Amino acid sequence: MTLVISVLLWLVVGVLAFIAAMRGRVLLNDGARAGAMEFILLLPRIGVGVIGSGFVAEALPNEWIAPWVGPESGFFGVFIATLGGALTPGGPVVGFSIGAAALKSGAGAPQVIAYSTAWALYAIHRLLIWEVPMMPARVVWLRAMVSLPLPFMAAALAILLGRP
Amino acid sequence: MTNPAPPRRRRRRAFDWSTAIIAVLAFAAAATVYVRDGREHFFAILHSDVTLFAEMLPKVLAGCLIGAFVTLLLPREMVARWVGHESGFIGLLIAAFFGFLLPGGPITIYPVAGAFLVMGADAGAVVAFIVSWTLIGYTRALVWELPFFGSDFVIWRIIEALPLPIIAGLLARIVVRAGFEYRESIK
Repeated sequence: MTLVISVLLWLVVGVLAFIAAMRGRVLLNDGARAGAMEFILLLPRIGVGVIGSGFVAEALPNEWIAPWVGPESGFFGVFIATLGGALTPGGPVVGFSIGAAALKSGAGAPQVIAYSTAWALYAIHRLLIWEVPMMPARVVWLRAMVSLPLPFMAAALAILLGRP
Repeated sequence: MTNPAPPRRRRRRAFDWSTAIIAVLAFAAAATVYVRDGREHFFAILHSDVTLFAEMLPKVLAGCLIGAFVTLLLPREMVARWVGHESGFIGLLIAAFFGFLLPGGPITIYPVAGAFLVMGADAGAVVAFIVSWTLIGYTRALVWELPFFGSDFVIWRIIEALPLPIIAGLLARIVVRAGFEYRESIK
């Protein structure tokens, strides 16, 4: 599975680079340079996040996680996870590290999905820092409001479909 | 070139506050494991995490390159035409698809969404676009989520997220219409 994804990804890179090269060498160079820069800037964050989340998961007391958001916690666990997601501050690394650590230490998969969906859609700090300054506030609150039920829908679908 | 002015990106540093917080957490957790469970256990975990990190690096690089090339190659003017007020359900589908396609962080996505509004996209389409980018955008999933959760979990989560942008877009249209009718009725 992982290998298939890697091959597919690099095929896409190849096709895009080819299209860029057809439009001119400058475009090809710009794209390659921007992509490589992004990669270098991401490295320390992802390194700290991935290596750190293993330790965080190991250090977290399992006996706290399971009753609140474990596989048996049901709708209440989904609700707690959604609330936690909305209140989690920080960039992408924070939410995913916490979600991954919780999953490793006994949280239920639907609950983790509710958490990361809520965090991605309406983490409060993100609405205030990013979205409100760049878009009409009316549309921002409209989007936040209609997003409220989505983590519950995602968790419900996760329960229906079952873990692969 | 169809896209003469690629969007300006925020100057990004390799290390910021949120990374610092995670680093402190990770260090505290690592120290806890070392003291509580001993040296051997500590190195076993470190080894498996470093292996995981090394395995995902080529994928992250590919994700970054795809993001960079799509940003340079996608003609943005075309987008607004397809997701306007008259676009109906198809407009929501197209908006959701573009949300999936368009790479970049919040600094690129919200200005584009704001531009859609100015150019005549309706609120439902913009909501579908942002929700889709947030939940099923591939660069975000590849670069951020895959390293932490592994491909099986991420694919499973994305399948469950597929209907959500459309649902959010439809809800937004209903809310906007209800608000509009209310304002008409109190006139």
